[in-house]
Amino acid sequence: MAKENDIKKHYQNWKNHTVAKGTSRFPERKKNFKTTSGIPIDTTYFPREDPRETYLEKLSFPGTYPFTRGIQPTMYRSRLWTMRQYAGFGTAEESNKRYKYLLQQGQTGLSIAFDLPTQLGYDSDDPRSEGEVGKVGVAIDTLKDMEILLDGIPLDKVSTSMTINAPAAILLAMYILVGEKQNVPREKLRGTIQNDILKEYVARGTYIFPPKPSLRIITNIFEFCSKEMPNWNTISISGYHIREAGANAIQEIAFTMANAIEYVKSAISAGLDVDTFAGRLSFFFNAHNDLFEEVAKFRAARRVWAKIMKEKFGAKNPRSMMLRFHTQTAGSTLTAQQPDNNVIRVTIQTLAAVLGGTQSLHTNSKDEALGLPSEESVRIALRTQQIVAHESGVANTVDPLGGSYYIEYLTDEIEKRVWDYLTKIEKMGGVIKAIESGFIQKEIQDSAFEYQKEVESGERIIVGVNKFRIEEEPKDLEILKVKPEVRIKQIEKLQEVKKNRNNSAVEEKLKQLKACAENENKNLMPPIIEAVKEYATIGEICGVLREVFGEYKENIVI
Amino acid sequence: MNKKVRILIAKPGLDGHDRGAKYIARALKDAGYEVIYTGIRQTPEAIVKTAIQEDVDFIGLSLLSGAHNELFPRVTELLKKHGAEDIIVFGGGIIPEEDIPFLKSKGIKAIFTPGTPIRDVIDFIESQKEAKNNE
Repeated sequence: MAKENDIKKHYQNWKNHTVAKGTSRFPERKKNFKTTSGIPIDTTYFPREDPRETYLEKLSFPGTYPFTRGIQPTMYRSRLWTMRQYAGFGTAEESNKRYKYLLQQGQTGLSIAFDLPTQLGYDSDDPRSEGEVGKVGVAIDTLKDMEILLDGIPLDKVSTSMTINAPAAILLAMYILVGEKQNVPREKLRGTIQNDILKEYVARGTYIFPPKPSLRIITNIFEFCSKEMPNWNTISISGYHIREAGANAIQEIAFTMANAIEYVKSAISAGLDVDTFAGRLSFFFNAHNDLFEEVAKFRAARRVWAKIMKEKFGAKNPRSMMLRFHTQTAGSTLTAQQPDNNVIRVTIQTLAAVLGGTQSLHTNSKDEALGLPSEESVRIALRTQQIVAHESGVANTVDPLGGSYYIEYLTDEIEKRVWDYLTKIEKMGGVIKAIESGFIQKEIQDSAFEYQKEVESGERIIVGVNKFRIEEEPKDLEILKVKPEVRIKQIEKLQEVKKNRNNSAVEEKLKQLKACAENENKNLMPPIIEAVKEYATIGEICGVLREVFGEYKENIVI
Repeated sequence: MNKKVRILIAKPGLDGHDRGAKYIARALKDAGYEVIYTGIRQTPEAIVKTAIQEDVDFIGLSLLSGAHNELFPRVTELLKKHGAEDIIVFGGGIIPEEDIPFLKSKGIKAIFTPGTPIRDVIDFIESQKEAKNNE
């Protein structure tokens, strides 16, 4: 192509003469520029290929394969992303109040944070729950708590995301039963359970059972929902926590895709047809500070997923190939120093998520490096999204950065490097092998270590932390505190429920659950729903499953 | 104390945020200390048991769930109970400033909050070691 060669010739010329002359007077700030995941960055970018030849294959139009530019044809021109703030603390009563406040402030979806005992299948009165009840989320022991939590919130109108993994089936059962009490049938319920156990082994840490039975529970949920809950997202395959643990943008996508491949494989080998469940798989990513790399990351992720589903798994329905994702701004970028600066960081990250085409977004509050966010700082976080949505104009066209030479370069580069990882993991025998051998953990930790060393050495500047510091007065920020009395209150409530329920029915249902768990061809959802209905506790249900499945032991890698 | 300083990095409580703990463990190892890391979800009992068995000089506790006021003092209490109060305990994580005086009153010698350079942790260890040697 004569024209292309022409551009390249001009570029070389420009570099050798114009740039050389410029840098002799004003040398570049660094010898090498690179993105946070180490992709080299040139002085500027130019068209390296003729878009008329590659456009349809690599980008195409929004809403069409490979969905690089977005999964819907009109994106935010039709409907803005769902503004969904992750919240929950203390008792169900307190969290219910916060949800109502957020909905009243214009939030469009719920996102429930559970405390750690709930996430790990311990009741509030378990000795291991000491100090943890109601701390990082709301405490749920039985269906009773869930009824209080969702009281007065119309489940036919809101969609609800629940950050719950190992005990996801139990919380889903509770949600179904609360729906029934509100006369909303399960097929009408909209929402998401995180249900992504594989990333728990490498990043987030709230696993209970070993991989094999965990994958069975997940597959059981896929099957159950494909028949009974057509509007429910059965999993939110999460790169968010992998990134927070220190992975870079490429690793975030690569390891998430590797996990996703494993879920699809295990569902297919359990006999499910790919198009019956793939449309309900959803993703969850991180929005970090490196704006252009992040936008390119989301675009690359969509293209990779579309190819995996079409080419590797033979999906026929375009919906199965669409990568739908929730985004949260990067908690690990928030600083305890000069916390107001975090509002600006979150704004940049919000732009990254929106320019990257997210379906929903949580923006972090400025005080989260210090403790739980106050009502005021949660409001600022939500307002940040609203300003980007309604004032910045970035939501007025689809994929506004598409065609930027730099963005397309980064998108291609990230995609290539993601495939390299996926090939490597495949060669190791799949992601479970890669987790068991500690490969994934080691990769994440090495990145985290490098990043931190760059911060320590001052090579990477964090404003207010290693540069532009000020003497700060002890912060008089209003931090939300969960009082230790929460546990006492929660234990009292639990005892009350245990006194009033039909205890022999509970015993019977738990026995049936155990029998079901022992037969790996059976679906666990129906007996879990039965047990929950009788007000069996999360601890009791997980106790039965622990007995049958055993517990996972961490493979410590430093 | 002529032997190499031994440090146990431990994660009490139920949270799985181990990025900080693992970074500290690796950076202290690089600085020449002998470091043992417990892994996540350790009970105070298990931490103290490991600390005594491994004959460590320091325990670094990392917690991000907010359970520090309950679990950090539990570790120092158990050390006392086992006559091992010479082991120096420090901590880190998401710990509100207003909780620090309470934790110090319970025998936690230092609290390092987010953004602390590793140098500060090393300086702390060295000064404590010196103070101990001069005893």
